[in-house]
Amino acid sequence: MNGRFGDVVREAFAFLNDPLVWTRPGGLLDLIGEHLLMTLAAVGAAAALALPLGAWLGHARPGERRPGNRRPRFPLGAAGVVVALSNASRALPTLAIILLLATAGLFGNGATVAAAAVFAVPVLLAGAYDGVSGADPAARDAARGLGCSPARILLTVEVPLAVPLVAAGLRTAVVQVVATIPLAALAGGGGLGRVIAFGMGTQRYGQVLAGGLLVAALCLLVDAALAVGQRAVAPRALRGR
Amino acid sequence: MPGNPWVSWTWVLDNAGLLGTRTWQHLLLTVEAVAIATAIALPVALLVVRRRRLAGALVGVASVVYTVPSLALFTILAPLLGIGRTPVLVGLVLYALLVLLRQTLAGLQSVDPAVLEAARGLGYGSWQTTWRVRLPAALPAVVSALRLATVSTVALVTVGVVVGYGGLGQLMFEGFRNNFHRAQITAATLACLLLALALDLVLWGLGRAVTPWTRRRTT
Repeated sequence: MNGRFGDVVREAFAFLNDPLVWTRPGGLLDLIGEHLLMTLAAVGAAAALALPLGAWLGHARPGERRPGNRRPRFPLGAAGVVVALSNASRALPTLAIILLLATAGLFGNGATVAAAAVFAVPVLLAGAYDGVSGADPAARDAARGLGCSPARILLTVEVPLAVPLVAAGLRTAVVQVVATIPLAALAGGGGLGRVIAFGMGTQRYGQVLAGGLLVAALCLLVDAALAVGQRAVAPRALRGR
Repeated sequence: MPGNPWVSWTWVLDNAGLLGTRTWQHLLLTVEAVAIATAIALPVALLVVRRRRLAGALVGVASVVYTVPSLALFTILAPLLGIGRTPVLVGLVLYALLVLLRQTLAGLQSVDPAVLEAARGLGYGSWQTTWRVRLPAALPAVVSALRLATVSTVALVTVGVVVGYGGLGQLMFEGFRNNFHRAQITAATLACLLLALALDLVLWGLGRAVTPWTRRRTT
């Protein structure tokens, strides 16, 4: 263990051990609160767009080859579009979007939320689409046989069956957004990333390390909390699978 | 703003050398990270495939590491390994490892039990079954895992700017610091996307070449 490493670690823990660092206005507690609020806003905005769209795509499956929809009009079906979107979003660096938004004059928390939402949409869309389109065809047929309208089939059969996959998508999206927001601090955004950006700017690498540890801990905690929630929201009949 | 265009071919021509260097760094880092991750993930997956509980535990540990954001992981690794290339490389390997391990294991485990039974009937031992039956059957899954890992690694490299080694990300960030020089950020972003696309195409072609049997039935 070299001296430099020890120094950085000591500095990081000294930083984290100072109660004032946590409780002062604009301190770590405030930053964590801000971070979580931004996450909520980004995931909320992305979910409002992606979940209904994904459910509808999974229900109607426009352009796909299947019985009752015999002549697909597009080269890619809905599934192809969803897959292509989520693949493209993987290749696009988050940093690039954040920097491009910032150079376009969109700074601060609003732009950060927008950038994070852009990356949450494909995840949520895929979850909703896979969940609804993967609903057991027998259940769907049974509902149709009972005289349910397509809208009713969607709401009372397909959506409840899709809950586990949608919940999994939400969990992934939330954790991803919590992880993305710190990047925006490099371009002047808020949240816990500020600790890292500030430490870098002033060459206090202990503080950078402290920020990294905090962001990692926040992500793991949020993920664990959502794992519990994910189990709780699954319809009883689907649990234990 | 006339003085700060989004796209500038002149900038690309003037800075072709720099763009080339950064793209090359980016490419090398990506290839090296995915190669190391594959060299670890593939043998490990083959070793643990028949021990379901161990496999589950390994994937669990890898998922926890995967949950840690890249920015945080790089900053945590930096004091340990020094600023520069090493922490980025190690971080990238860790991320690619989970993707490869999970998908490869899923591929190896989803082999038709009847096929495994048939292999045993032919007198294959457990090693021969893994090597000559499971592995070829899982190859498509391995290839798709490689593509996924490679494409996400290309995007992740850019985060390496926090420890001073981000390949094309370095170019983006310098452009940002340099009076929001848009042409530089856009050029670096496009280069990054093209790199991801090119590598994906190469792996796709490679995948087709090593699994000729998957095409026989569809034609």
